Amino acid sequence: MTTSRAAASVAAAALAVAGLAACSDDEPDDGRTHLTVTIDAGLEQAAIDAFDKRVEQFEDANPDIDVETQEYTWTAGTFTAQLAGGTLPDVFVVPFTDGRGLIERGQIADIGDLTADLPYRDDYNPNVAAAGEDAEGDLWAIPISAYGQGLHYNRSLFEAAGLDPDAPPATWEEVRAAADAIAEETGEAGYAVMTNDNTGGWILTTVVNALGGRTDDGDGNATIDTPAMRQALGDLRAMRWEDESMGDNFLYDWGTINQDFASGRIGMYVSGGGNYGNLFTQNALDPDDYGLTILPLADDPNAGVLGGGTLAAVSPNAEPDEQAAAVKWIDFYYMEKLTVQEAAVADAEVKAESGQPVGAPELPVFDKAAYDEAQTWIAEYVNVPVDQMSHYTDHVFDQPLLNEPAVATQEVYGILDTVVQTVLTEEDADIDALLDTAQAEAQAAIDAAV
Amino acid sequence: MTSVDTRPAGVAGDRARPRTAARPGRPGGLLSRARGGLPTLVFLAPMLVVFGVFSWLPIGRAVVMSFQRTNLVADPVFVGVANFQQVFADPLLWTAVQNTAYFAALALVFGYPIPLVAAVLMSEVRKMRGLFSALAYLPVVVPPVVAVLLWKLFYDAGEDGVFNTILGWVGLGPFAWLQESDIVMPALVLEATWAAAGGTVIIYLAALTGVDPSLYEAAEIDGGGVWRKVWHITLPQLRGILLVTFILQIIGTVQVFLEPFLFTDGGPANRTLTLLLLIYRYAFTNSLGGDYGAAAALSLMLAVVLTAFSVLYFRLTRSWSNA
Repeated sequence: MTTSRAAASVAAAALAVAGLAACSDDEPDDGRTHLTVTIDAGLEQAAIDAFDKRVEQFEDANPDIDVETQEYTWTAGTFTAQLAGGTLPDVFVVPFTDGRGLIERGQIADIGDLTADLPYRDDYNPNVAAAGEDAEGDLWAIPISAYGQGLHYNRSLFEAAGLDPDAPPATWEEVRAAADAIAEETGEAGYAVMTNDNTGGWILTTVVNALGGRTDDGDGNATIDTPAMRQALGDLRAMRWEDESMGDNFLYDWGTINQDFASGRIGMYVSGGGNYGNLFTQNALDPDDYGLTILPLADDPNAGVLGGGTLAAVSPNAEPDEQAAAVKWIDFYYMEKLTVQEAAVADAEVKAESGQPVGAPELPVFDKAAYDEAQTWIAEYVNVPVDQMSHYTDHVFDQPLLNEPAVATQEVYGILDTVVQTVLTEEDADIDALLDTAQAEAQAAIDAAV
Repeated sequence: MTSVDTRPAGVAGDRARPRTAARPGRPGGLLSRARGGLPTLVFLAPMLVVFGVFSWLPIGRAVVMSFQRTNLVADPVFVGVANFQQVFADPLLWTAVQNTAYFAALALVFGYPIPLVAAVLMSEVRKMRGLFSALAYLPVVVPPVVAVLLWKLFYDAGEDGVFNTILGWVGLGPFAWLQESDIVMPALVLEATWAAAGGTVIIYLAALTGVDPSLYEAAEIDGGGVWRKVWHITLPQLRGILLVTFILQIIGTVQVFLEPFLFTDGGPANRTLTLLLLIYRYAFTNSLGGDYGAAAALSLMLAVVLTAFSVLYFRLTRSWSNA
C-alpha cells in the first residue's frame, strides 16, 4: 500500500513537472536571432508560397536571423487584445491613426536609433513620416504604404444595369443614380457601406470630407453636427429608403464588404484605393469585374479625399537584437521594393510567378517621382487590370489629400457607426437627434483623449 | 429547517477540533491518512495551481483592475471608484441592461420550457429514443462559431435566404432578420435556444430516468392521463433539477456574448448591445489600448448582481427544493 502510494505521488509529481515544462518557452538556443513576422490571415496558397520565398531570401541574406511567421490582420478589437496580452508578433502593422498614440503610451518599441540609419529616412513625405514619429521626430514606426480612398465598382453589374463601366460616376448624384439602376436591373445592392467595427465612422468621415466637412477642427473640438454630415446621412437615407438601392445587409465590416463585393453582390462601395490586393488574394475577385475610380469631390474648397496608410512597428517585448532584426526585415520586405530597383524586381518577380497581384495602386510614402520610378522598375511584371483603375490612378494625385482625425479617431468612428446603422435600419431615424447625441459623445471622447 | 451534514463524521469532527491539533502526521492534519495523505495532496496540487492561476488569480486581478486606470502595458494608476462612476454615467449601460434583460426574458419564455417539453416527449417515446436524443444534442456538438455562421446564411435578408425562402412558400416575408431592430433580438434568441437546448434536454432525460416508474403505474391505475402524470409526477420529481437549470439559464443568458458579437456586433444601432458586449467594447474597441478599468468595473458589478440574485434565489426556493 505504502509503495503504491509513493509511486502514485511520484507519478503525479512527474506529471505536474511535465505539464509545467510544456508551458516553458521552447525557443531554441542556436545562437540565431528568432524573429516573428506578420503574414496576412486567410491568404490563398500561392500568396503564402510567395511570402515564404521572400522569407527564404531574407534568411539567405541574414543567416544569423531565423524568421517565423504569424497570421495577423489588424482590427481594432483583436489588436488591442493582442497588445495587452503580449501575443503580437515581433513585427506588426497598424494604421497611421494609431501611430502617435502607441508611441506616446510606449506600447511599441523605440527603434528611433535604428531607423535613423535607414538610407531613405529623410526622403519621407513629412506628412507621412509624422504618423510614425514621436514628439522629438524620432521614427518609432516605419510608414510602409499610403492610400487615398476610392470608389470601387463592379463592371459587370454596371453593364448589366445598362451603365458604361468606362464612365464611372463622377458626382454623388451620379453615384446615387447608378446605384438605383444597378439595384433595379440586377437585384443586387447598387451601393453599400461598411457600418461595423468602427468602419462605419471611417467611411462616413470619408464622404463628409469629400463634401467639404470635417469631424473635428484640429483644436480639440468635435464638428459632427454639420451641414456636410447632414447631407452625407441624408443621401444615405434617400438611397436606402427611397431608392432601396443599398441591398439588405447593413452590418458590413471591412472583411465582409470585400467578400460581398468580390462575389458580385455589390455594385459600388468606398474603401482604400489599394484594396485590390485583398479582393483578389483573399476573396477570389474576378479581375474582369473590377473597376476603381476617384471619390467624387463637392465643389467646395475644403473638399478632399481621406487618406491613410500603414505603419510597420516592433513589439515592445522585443529584445535589442530582435529589434535590429525587425528593422532589417521591415527594410527588406516592405521598403526595399520601393527604393531599390533590384529588390523591387525580385519582389515583383516572385509575386508574378505565383500569380499574385503586382501593380495595384497606392499613394507614395516618399514623393510622386520616387513612386513613378518604382512603377517603371516593375512595369513588365504588372498583372493587375491597370486600365480598369485608370480613372483612379490618373486623377487621385490631383485631389487634395486629407489625413484622418488625429485625436480619439477610433472612438469617434465607433460613435458614428451607430449613427450610420440607425439611418440604414430605422426609416424614421431622427438625424438631428442622432447628430446631437453623437456630437456630445465625440466631444467627450476627444476631451478624454487630450 | 436545518441542513443535513452528509460528510463523513471524521471530516466533520476535524472542523471542530482546535487548529493547533492539525499538524502533519497526526490524525486530522493536512497529510493525515484520513485525508488521503501525501498522494492526495500531490494529486490535488496541480489542480489547485491551475485553478488558482487561471481562475482565482484573474478574478482577483480584475477586482484590483476595476480601481485602476491601465492599458496593461504601462504602469497602472489607482483611480478609486472613478471607473464605476464612468460606467454609471455611460448612457449605453442602460441600453445594454435593457437589451440583456430582453434577451434573458425571451430566452426564459422560449428557451426554458422547450428542453423540458422535448425531454418529456422523448421519455414517452418507446422506439428510437437514442436517435432523438442524438438529434437533440447535435447542435451542442457543433462549434458555436460554426453554428452562428450557418445561421447567418439562414438569416440572409435577401429573398433567397433560407428562412425567407421557406416563409416565401406561404406568402410571408422576406424579413431582414438581423437588420431590423424589432426582430433582431428574437432572431438571436432562436439560434441561442437551438444551440443550447440539447444539453438541457440530456440533463432532463437523465433526471427522468430517476423517477420511480411505479408512480406512473399507480397514476395509470388511477386513470391519470399524460397531462396529469406530467403535472403531478414528472414536474414535482424534477423540481430540484428545474430549480438549478432555471438559475443556470438566468446566469447564462445574462452573460450572453457570442450571438450578439458574431451576428450583429451589437447592431443595428446598439439594439443587440448586451452587458458582456459592452464590457468587450470598453476593453477592446479602442485599438490604442482599451479602458480595462471600466471593463473590469462593469464585470465586477455584473458578478455582484448575479451572485446576489443567486443567493436570494436559493434562499427563496430552499423550501421548494427540499420539500
